[in-house]
Amino acid sequence: MVSPIHLKVNGQPRSDEVEPRLLLVYYLREVLNLTGTHVGCDTSSCGACVVLVDGKAVKSCTMLAVQADGSEITTIEGLANGSELHPIQEGFKEQHGLQCGFCTPGMIMTALQLLERNPDPNEAEIREALDGNYCRCTGYHNVVKAIQYAAKKMKKEVFHD
Amino acid sequence: MDTKKVKFPHGIPGHNLSEVEREIPTGEPPAWPINDDLKVVGKRVKRTDALAKVTGAAKYTSDIQLQGMLFGRMLRSNYPHAKIKSIDTSAAEKYDGVYAVHVFKNAVGMAQAKDGGNSAGFPDVKFAGQPIAGVAAISVDVAEEALKLIKVDYEYLPFVVDLEEAQKPEAPVVFKTDVDQEDRGGGGGGQSGLKTKGNLRGPSTSSFFGGPRGDVEKGFETADFIVEHVYRTQVHTHCSLETHGVVVDWRPDNVTIYASTQNTNSVRHEFAEMFDLPKSKVRVITEFMGGGFGAKHSLGNFGVMAGHLSKKSGRPVSMMLDRKEEHISSGNRPNSVQYLKIGAKKDGTLTAIKQKSHGTAGVGLGAGVGRIAQVMYECPNFSTEQYDVFTHAGPGAAWRAPGNVQGAFGLEQAMDELAEKLNMDPLALRDVIDKSDVRKVERQRGAKQFDWSRRKKPGSDSGTVKKGLGMAQSTWPRFVNLNSTVEIRAYKDGAIEVRSGVQDIGTGTKTILAQVVAEELGMKPEDITIRIGDTLFPTGPGSGGSIVTGSITPPARNAAYKLKLELFDQVAKELETVSSKLSMSGGFIVSQEDNSKKIAVKDALKKMRTEQITTSASRSDDYGGFKMGSFLAHGDLGSVQFAEVSVDTETGFVKVDKIVAAHSCGRPLNITQLEGQINGGVIQGVSYALYEYRVMDNETGHQMNGNLDQYKLPFAMEIPEIETIIVEDYGGRSSTDAYGIGEPANIATAVAVANAVYNAIGVRIYELPITPDKVLKALNKI
Repeated sequence: MVSPIHLKVNGQPRSDEVEPRLLLVYYLREVLNLTGTHVGCDTSSCGACVVLVDGKAVKSCTMLAVQADGSEITTIEGLANGSELHPIQEGFKEQHGLQCGFCTPGMIMTALQLLERNPDPNEAEIREALDGNYCRCTGYHNVVKAIQYAAKKMKKEVFHD
Repeated sequence: MDTKKVKFPHGIPGHNLSEVEREIPTGEPPAWPINDDLKVVGKRVKRTDALAKVTGAAKYTSDIQLQGMLFGRMLRSNYPHAKIKSIDTSAAEKYDGVYAVHVFKNAVGMAQAKDGGNSAGFPDVKFAGQPIAGVAAISVDVAEEALKLIKVDYEYLPFVVDLEEAQKPEAPVVFKTDVDQEDRGGGGGGQSGLKTKGNLRGPSTSSFFGGPRGDVEKGFETADFIVEHVYRTQVHTHCSLETHGVVVDWRPDNVTIYASTQNTNSVRHEFAEMFDLPKSKVRVITEFMGGGFGAKHSLGNFGVMAGHLSKKSGRPVSMMLDRKEEHISSGNRPNSVQYLKIGAKKDGTLTAIKQKSHGTAGVGLGAGVGRIAQVMYECPNFSTEQYDVFTHAGPGAAWRAPGNVQGAFGLEQAMDELAEKLNMDPLALRDVIDKSDVRKVERQRGAKQFDWSRRKKPGSDSGTVKKGLGMAQSTWPRFVNLNSTVEIRAYKDGAIEVRSGVQDIGTGTKTILAQVVAEELGMKPEDITIRIGDTLFPTGPGSGGSIVTGSITPPARNAAYKLKLELFDQVAKELETVSSKLSMSGGFIVSQEDNSKKIAVKDALKKMRTEQITTSASRSDDYGGFKMGSFLAHGDLGSVQFAEVSVDTETGFVKVDKIVAAHSCGRPLNITQLEGQINGGVIQGVSYALYEYRVMDNETGHQMNGNLDQYKLPFAMEIPEIETIIVEDYGGRSSTDAYGIGEPANIATAVAVANAVYNAIGVRIYELPITPDKVLKALNKI
């Protein structure tokens, strides 16, 4: 049995027929080959699979593809503007906010929602927003710095506009 | 071999920096000065692989998608101990979407019984979660549906999963004969040839550091003070965010394996051996890898299964473990019950150390508590007896400083207690018993940064939430793997490419290789292309034991040096000099006689006779020789860590407020990456101290918290402030004189926290993790 879905992924309209049991994360990874969204657990604990669904950070292992019907999805692959990195991506790169990098896409997507809701978060607010994203290699201190770097840069960009 | 005499920096800048003369092969480069006088080595160079990782372009093993690829899943025993009488796979084989089914004939990835341990042609089941058969199908869902159709007829047998129960005479026996487990590329196993009696194997009484010393009983007789306790540590699972897994693509001419591994070389070796293939027909690729921490050295039973399924189906097979499988079957840090007795004179001098330990690595070996008690302090009398206790649980695996983290929990609490008995500051006691120069400097610099003078008497802080300060030390050997080769190619278009089979498991190996080669060639790290993690390239070391940096960076520098000399030869005439009078910096080859005579490296490369020139170098012996064999270098990787905690005496909750971690690793190569590694090691140590433990159900033999929901890891809010101090410690032992930090970063943290908790509440906690119930019990509140 398959169900039709129509959605936008990283700005591109998509129409597919999927099994109702297919999780959104596997739709993105296996059907669309967008493998930047990772799977680290199966209990919605680790946050490696976070994407934006209609602007909200969602753990895509907790949502069925059919539930995303009609939605706009943004994944890590849709964040940069051509070769120009999004300030959050730039922050992670410049501030060494990663080590093995497996958790990084989920961290970045979570940070994106935070900065859209709160452009000037303090350190405690950043740490709270990351509650739900595990990093096992290097921990979170440089991730916090990466998000602070991005917040600063995004504020400047707004100012220049 | 022709040699030359070269002077190298030696010692610790700001403490005892001097020079040492070494006799080195003539083909090797001159000594580098200390880091202050280098351009890119020792600096905060940005990671070369960050762009791929922040854009989602990095392809991990779990991201590999090949034409026609199938998904493999394994049927695992639900019973911890059983004989398999028969297996019927016929329904699974006929199931729509299934392309191959395979049944294991032998158990892989655990200790091997001398008698084979097989009944009716199937390996005996020895833990809940042991894989029995596998299916490759068009999707994971279809594969799992097919697994349900496999009928296994079991004869259930009694089992034991608890460390202390397993030692009782009436306990069900896991292995009826002696067992051995080969070390797979640095990923575990145990000392061979030890006897098994009941569920006890051992004792192991010696190591490559030697056997027992002196006479411990006489040593205790001469002691003025004795500390004697039993310390307990828990089973800890690695929880790499990318689970174990492979994609095996079996073609008629060759097999390609994409592996989430710490050791491409060892995976190739095992696969070739298992399937009786020449190594030349097996290629292993690890381009990006999502964490390992010691558990990902071997091919694993999942890799063997994927090999069979790909061979049978003629299609690539992806076999990634799920999170539960990761917890129950792919490795853990074994638990321990350690008895430790230490004797000392009034001035702190140690007279004897006696250690006896039991731990369980389930159906594997490697539950010893390491050698930290044997080697860190001067003590004439030492003995240890370390036993592996078998239980019907998943096999252990190496984890950052195997055994030593457990061993340090006992040793460094005992030293803390001894210092108090002697009425000495814990740092002052170390000054008496620790002969390591670098740890002395680390104690001094660390104490200053941490402001150790704030430390009060144990339990003397007022109020409900009590502050405490503690410290602990560690040592880790400088291991070297001579089987480490780097090839460098220079192309006519100016590109420089570094190739080696060594993998970057996230720690930054790619970046340090770029730095070392760039420094030698007078270029920028971003101008160097790093292509590693592929067995098509020359063999590199496994990423374990903090071995990579010390093994692979010297040949990288030496190969770059050879390349430089070749280029000099090609352009010397044009620059009206001889090659020995040329140098390379800022992207130019310059005459030292007349610096107006120069040529851009890019232009020099254009003049090459061939499209590319290739040089290579393998790790040479350490300058001045090794401490032992050709794997154990002189010097050690010492660390001192300081912990500040707050203990809520009403709730029993411990919060680690701050860690100051002072570390050495020879010549530091990249300060930012070292800080990243130290942060990670410290956080895993804090988590080991306070949060993580595997919960086994004695009635069913299953892990009760085999997920990331109930198995607690720390999030961003739960980690302490971390300050790092990196002490340069030159030894003149290789052309880079650099070593890794992976193991040292993780050893001292948990026990430093334990000592700080004691300082806060005045009651010592002898068991990890330090959960609120243990604190409240210690305070007689429950």
